Amino acid sequence: MSPRRGASRQGDRSAKPAGAQSGPRKQYFRRRRVCKFCDEKLDVIDYKDVKVIGQFVSERGKILPRRLTGTCSPHQRLLAVAIKRARNIAFLPFAAAL
Amino acid sequence: MRKYEVMFIIRPDVSEEDVDKVVAQMENAVTLNGGKIEKVDKMGRRRLAYRVARCREGLYVLFTLEGTGDTVKELERRLKVSDAVIKFLTVRIDEELERAEKWKALRAKQAVRKPKSPAPATPAAEVQPIPVKE
Repeated sequence: MSPRRGASRQGDRSAKPAGAQSGPRKQYFRRRRVCKFCDEKLDVIDYKDVKVIGQFVSERGKILPRRLTGTCSPHQRLLAVAIKRARNIAFLPFAAAL
Repeated sequence: MRKYEVMFIIRPDVSEEDVDKVVAQMENAVTLNGGKIEKVDKMGRRRLAYRVARCREGLYVLFTLEGTGDTVKELERRLKVSDAVIKFLTVRIDEELERAEKWKALRAKQAVRKPKSPAPATPAAEVQPIPVKE
């Protein structure tokens, strides 16, 4: 975990000077202040929309912690349940190979 | 009566007629056991996140139904017995829907209260009972 955090910080720093050119910065979108679900007013976190849930899973298939995603605690709990259901029906992997 | 969502995966090598047959069979299992099917959604072929019964793909089918525990029990037994079905998941959704409604109502209330909050606090207490009477 810690190497990734270090990497994201470095990425942020290097992205600022270079960002003016064309910085997609897709990997380091995780620094989010607000909870996505509160923001978009999604009451139900459905295990079926993999597009939404997939954003909260690491490449390894692990559930991302709140401190990285900014999800609020009630929604994180719902999200965890949704991810576990999605795993059960083979929408998401239990453990993804790198 | 409770509301459930039952999702199951059918082997990819099953012919289309057989898929329809299996789905009809499962629908029957629900209606014969005191359940009511609300929606049948064939979500189609999808890649599985991991191999199930040596398959990398599967046909997803989603039932939304109303019934009792016995309905679901029988349906699950049938799903387990069926060779074409490789995986299934049952989720009870009535409580989730209720909670979502509650949150929605709460938010609507807050949205109403927000513009009124600069007004004096005492009338706000009187304003609130009125929507309850309706």
